[in-house]
Amino acid sequence: MSDEMDDVLNEFIVESYESLDDLDRELVTLEQNANPDSLAGVFRAVHTIKGTSGFFGFNKLEAVTHVGENLLSKLRDGETEVDRPITSALLSMVDAVRDMIDSIQSDGVEGTGNYDALISELEQLESGEAPTADTDASSSVDIETVLDAAGDISDVVAEADIAESTETIDVEILDPESLAADTAETVDNAPTAAATGHVANESIRVDVGLLDDLMNLVGELVLARNQIIQYTGTNPDATFSATSQRLNLITTELQEGVMRTRMQPIENVWNKFPRIVRDLSIACGKQADLAMEGKHTELDKTLLEAIKDPLTHLVRNSVDHGLETPEARLAKGKPAGGTVALRAFHEGGQVIIEISDDGAGIDPAVIRRKAVEKGLLTKEEAAGRNDREIINVIFQPGFSTAAEVTNISGRGVGMDVVRTNIESIGGSVDIASTHGLGTTVRVKIPLTLAIIPALVVACDEERFAIPQVSLLELVRIDGHDPQSSIEYVHGAPVYRLRGRLLPVVYLHEVFGEAPPEHSDGINIVVLEADNREFGLVVDEISDTAEIVVKPLGRVLKQVSAFAGATIMGDGRVALILDVMGIAEHIGMTSTGAGKQHGDEDGEENTAGDLRRLLMFRLGDRRLALLLEMVARLEEFTTDQIEVTSTGRVVQYRDEILNLVFLSDELGIPSTRPEDAPVQVVVYTDGDRSVGVVVDDIFDIVEQRFDIQHGSAAAGMLGSAVIQDRVTDILDIEGLLRLALPALFAEEAA
Amino acid sequence: MNNVDDPRFCTFYLGDLFLGISVTCVQEVIRYQERTRVPLVSDVIHGLINLRGEIVTTVDLRHRLELEPRQPDDHEPINVVVRHDDGVVSLLVDEIGDVFEVTDEDFEPLPPTLSGVYRDFVRGIYKLDRKLLLILDTDRLLDLPNVSNVPGLEPTDTPNIPHVTPITEVVHS
Repeated sequence: MSDEMDDVLNEFIVESYESLDDLDRELVTLEQNANPDSLAGVFRAVHTIKGTSGFFGFNKLEAVTHVGENLLSKLRDGETEVDRPITSALLSMVDAVRDMIDSIQSDGVEGTGNYDALISELEQLESGEAPTADTDASSSVDIETVLDAAGDISDVVAEADIAESTETIDVEILDPESLAADTAETVDNAPTAAATGHVANESIRVDVGLLDDLMNLVGELVLARNQIIQYTGTNPDATFSATSQRLNLITTELQEGVMRTRMQPIENVWNKFPRIVRDLSIACGKQADLAMEGKHTELDKTLLEAIKDPLTHLVRNSVDHGLETPEARLAKGKPAGGTVALRAFHEGGQVIIEISDDGAGIDPAVIRRKAVEKGLLTKEEAAGRNDREIINVIFQPGFSTAAEVTNISGRGVGMDVVRTNIESIGGSVDIASTHGLGTTVRVKIPLTLAIIPALVVACDEERFAIPQVSLLELVRIDGHDPQSSIEYVHGAPVYRLRGRLLPVVYLHEVFGEAPPEHSDGINIVVLEADNREFGLVVDEISDTAEIVVKPLGRVLKQVSAFAGATIMGDGRVALILDVMGIAEHIGMTSTGAGKQHGDEDGEENTAGDLRRLLMFRLGDRRLALLLEMVARLEEFTTDQIEVTSTGRVVQYRDEILNLVFLSDELGIPSTRPEDAPVQVVVYTDGDRSVGVVVDDIFDIVEQRFDIQHGSAAAGMLGSAVIQDRVTDILDIEGLLRLALPALFAEEAA
Repeated sequence: MNNVDDPRFCTFYLGDLFLGISVTCVQEVIRYQERTRVPLVSDVIHGLINLRGEIVTTVDLRHRLELEPRQPDDHEPINVVVRHDDGVVSLLVDEIGDVFEVTDEDFEPLPPTLSGVYRDFVRGIYKLDRKLLLILDTDRLLDLPNVSNVPGLEPTDTPNIPHVTPITEVVHS
């Protein structure tokens, strides 16, 4: 076959794939709601494939599409109603066509598949008979007739001058064969046809690799532009200044244009979901509707490709695991048909995709048990986590709760792959579920486009770029004593911004350095992360700039405070701050302690489980311990304390009780008077007891809370807001293992 | 990366040490560049430099090999830019030497008396005329699993799962 023919064939393959994707979606829509426009579209798509396959001499393909087309023409003319068997048969036809096109693409031939049964089924449906499994004699004859007819056509077409293949194609598309219904009529009947044709004429196919190259070049151009702009400032030449101004504008426009070429609506991925949900719900004996919201949300093509498989998996999971059978749903007072809802929207510079179902939800107790059974967690760990954390365990490798393995899911390889895939593009996935009411999986995908607008700030003589998507406003506090406008709530700095308390954090402190004591003004960059605001205090606010995000090496990727780096106008490197990473670090995210706005009270703080905590003080710190870890509370006088080779001990219930002084272990100076009695929390594990010496036990509280693990130091589970105050939660087991390794080593041995 | 077939080594000095890495992994040698410091990481990471539009991490080899830190009045160090599995990394050395071609006969494995970081990073020794050339294993040298020096800002792959201390795992296994 000549190169020209190869091109034409390739075009046929690409177009057919597109039509097939549309067909899947349209056919499912038809089943629910037959409308003439969709029918005409489906008919036209099948007709085009049939016609072109005839031209190329793909007889089997033509035979299959031919009977499909006949059935569709009956439907279009209203002679037959669309029902489930018809839709299923038509979808099977689409699959058969896809198989053949796959084969044509890889080997150039239709493949060895036998579609006689499918053809006879379609024919029977067309003639209004119920399809039977056996192919009877008469339909066999029919197939042969069809095949003969198909052969004739290909002969006819083959006679056309192949050298003038372009023309041949035109003829082929515009001039319908006599076997089919009148295409001209179809076009007339379908108002969308003209529009579709128009779009097709206005667009061309471009290799994605080429777009990637263009994008990189534009990135470099932006950097060069920035350098020239910087140079313009020092050069008084008017012509040069005007030219660089023009260069600036053109570069910006070019950049926007190239970026747009890469954006595609998420619809492109969602398109195949109606078919998946339909097939799957039938296979599982369930009823499921698919609702989609925000399908025009645009995403970079690369990201779109990357989320395709994870999303498909999540949707399948929703139907297979999430939704109950109609009987079970009715028994629970829910409508028989379940709903799987997809939602996509922009939030805080990220694209959020939610996949939710109104199914059975996840029972945290089951997950706890399974996690322990599978050895993913120890009993204590499982008990120490709240429901939300436990549910997220399903993302761990080797976890599956499906009672039995189906061919759809349940082999325990799914969710961890989903998470890995999403994290590989810098996204995150989180699951929330209410037992009995449904599950929502929230996928966050960064809009990491190569070029972003950013604010350049300085701290400690280094420049940092803050992506503008997270930026809300800039505040500068001038005056005689600017530091006095920063107030402290239990050691946490806050600033009154229009009557609201804005938590602030010094960038110096984020970097583990002391903030400057004297300054003639305070610059606060008000940022938003995960729907919460906070102020970042920096030394200086320089400028805004378009920056090109360059990745950091693997070694530095670990530091979550940085999203990447960029090259500034002067050629030096500046780090890009990751606002989410910083917010997480300072406990500002939604899974964190809450209370950032001071507008919640204890009753509203319903996140997490109801847990009982023993509250105690150590120096100026408030600490807490899960009450289930506490065996007894005791008080000893200092003269009861004796010293042995393993440290300080007391005699207690005819045994020697090792004492662990928490102030020593955590490095927090104790404020207990030298010879006052010591307060001891007795921790028991098996037949071994240890006394933990604290300053002052003051309360036992029962409260819901979420532990913020991000900032956990050794010996700490993390922090949480208890009684409206940030409190460190002690990991007593971990702490004791560190403090008394000898004691625990015995057990390990 | 460590191409054993190429007998040529790019050599450099670090204090009293005469060190070499295979020429196959050296991309170029450039003079010292003004660096951008990276907060929150250990001093092993000297900073970031702009190498023709690419952002390159520089590793302070003195720090990596636990030598004395560079003094302010020492002359400027040199960047040896090496290609690595994860991209390009620059090694900061005191002074650059020649490219040496060595023979297998001169090779000696590491004397057992050598300890500490040398045991980890030195692949072997070539006996040259008057001095000994220590061959560095760049893969190990650049395997910096955790450079973050602030516990709270370590990677949080599993943000909702509490940190499990390794000791706990040992006890329960």
